[in-house]
Amino acid sequence: MQNAMLSQRLLAGVIAVFAITTASVAAMAQSSLTNQGGDQTAKEIERYRQALGDGNPAELWEARGEDLWKQKRGPKNVSLEQCDLGLGAGMVKGAYTVLPKHFEDSGKVEDLESRLVTCMVMLQGFSYIEAKKNPFGGPDNKSSMEALVAYIAGASRGLKMNVSGKQPDEKRYYELGKKMFFHRGGTHDFSCSTCHGASGQRIRLQDLPNLLKQDQAQRAYTTWPAYRVSQGETRSFQWRLYDCFRQQRFPELEFTSEASIALTMFLAKNANGGVMNAPAIKR
Amino acid sequence: MNLIKALGVIIVFSFSDAAFSAPAKMDPKNDFAAKDATSIAAQEMMRNSFKTRGQASVDRLNQDETQALCSQYQDNPPKSVRAKIEAINQKLLKYPADGKLLGDWKEGEKIAQSGIGKQFTDNPDNPSGGNCYACHQLTKTELSYGNLGPTLYNFGKVRGYSEAITKYAYGKIANSQAFSACSNMPRFGNAGTHGVILTEKEIKHLTALLMDPASPVNN
Ligand code: HEC
Ligand code: HEC
Repeated sequence: MQNAMLSQRLLAGVIAVFAITTASVAAMAQSSLTNQGGDQTAKEIERYRQALGDGNPAELWEARGEDLWKQKRGPKNVSLEQCDLGLGAGMVKGAYTVLPKHFEDSGKVEDLESRLVTCMVMLQGFSYIEAKKNPFGGPDNKSSMEALVAYIAGASRGLKMNVSGKQPDEKRYYELGKKMFFHRGGTHDFSCSTCHGASGQRIRLQDLPNLLKQDQAQRAYTTWPAYRVSQGETRSFQWRLYDCFRQQRFPELEFTSEASIALTMFLAKNANGGVMNAPAIKR
Repeated sequence: MNLIKALGVIIVFSFSDAAFSAPAKMDPKNDFAAKDATSIAAQEMMRNSFKTRGQASVDRLNQDETQALCSQYQDNPPKSVRAKIEAINQKLLKYPADGKLLGDWKEGEKIAQSGIGKQFTDNPDNPSGGNCYACHQLTKTELSYGNLGPTLYNFGKVRGYSEAITKYAYGKIANSQAFSACSNMPRFGNAGTHGVILTEKEIKHLTALLMDPASPVNN
């Protein structure tokens, strides 16, 4: 099996990667302690990448995701291969570029993650609770969701974002997402716009994309999901929103909640025309 | 620094879908959120999409008048609204009863460095930081600073160590929007309807960081 071979090759690679991660993380930590700044961190990530031979550990998630997609699973013992991700049953290539989208069968606007939940429920017979559990993996519990997301997003590499947003509910979600982008609240008065509403801004040394500018929105959106060097995990866009809301001092965003999908609709549509290049590799 | 923080933040997320959390109830006394149809729908959607975790309760989605107006005008309100917001916050702004505005700059520097506080992953028993370096340059030695706000290096030296500037510095930290409506800077001493981020004593330390001639900010 092609996948098994890929996994083996990557596994060998990963042992090397762990060694490098430890080394470069130490180097990065060192570099910020000695105030070498963000350039240094960027350089370290570049070095890390080259050490991998331009590889990306996210490939492991992609391979696992492909296996999960094809595996017969759940109470009904069927694979996800008949799942309609927006381009018709079983079409994986390009699917990420048209999401979020309204689906007739569920009657809802869905992003990739919520669509996968729907398919796991409708096709494979999982309960909603079962399908939504463990959305973000950790060291000892790899997330199936993050693997599936990596595989499906990866199958859109090189293709342009092309979210329609024309259906009435899609339009409504876009407008609601936009409202949320500017919704200030909590202890710190933050909104998304505080950190992502102007160009050239930094928090400490981390560059913040202006998500209201097309080119920056495109660059940000098309590089998620992403392998995060600092976490050793491949993270989904749902995770990105979840963690930004945490930094915003908001309560906890529920996985695949309506607000998360509306905000994703706003950001994905603003990124239309951008060429997908995910999973990327990030700090 | 950042990386160490990021590593510290690698949490194992545990989710219990079974744990039912009731949608947040709006308290009409402290909710000024806009009442147009889209805004109402957005607030409703948000109330159904978040759950209280740790100290970050769903009440944080509620807006005081300042937050509501700034959201409504996407942080760029017309002049009259601007004046209104500044007036609201001037009223909220309280100076120390003992009349002393300056603490210890060394304590201030620690508070300026600390990004801890108010997130659902933070222990509420630990004091919050000011995280000033996230947005400001303050000293010559700390190069890991953000630029959402202007540089504060030489703040006291350039403006003069006067009573008036000291008072402004204290007031600005306690309530930035008393001076500029819809500022991106948190109101550290008047955090909307959601309590305070920094205590009076901590704000005094920070004022000293900016205003003490011996502080690294002025050297
Ligand atoms: C207090 C600051 C802050 C707030 C508020 C905030 N973010 Fe972020 N955001 C960040 C930082 C810092 C990063 C970069 C993190 C990194 O480099 O690891 C980031 C990264 C992102 C990215 C990925 C950019 C990329 O190129 O990889 C997206 C998308 C994003 N944020 C969206 C949002 C949205 C939507 C909201 C509102 C719900 C929001 N953020 C609120 C600080 C914030
Ligand atoms: C999230 C961003 C952010 C944080 C955190 C922040 N500030 Fe600011 N600050 C700003 C912005 C933006 C401005 C400029 C706009 C304004 O005046 O409100 C500003 C302005 C100021 C000014 C006025 C400067 C002048 O020349 O008038 C002072 C003083 C100040 N900040 C001090 C602090 C201190 C002390 C802290 C930490 C306790 C802090 N700030 C944290 C964003 C921030």
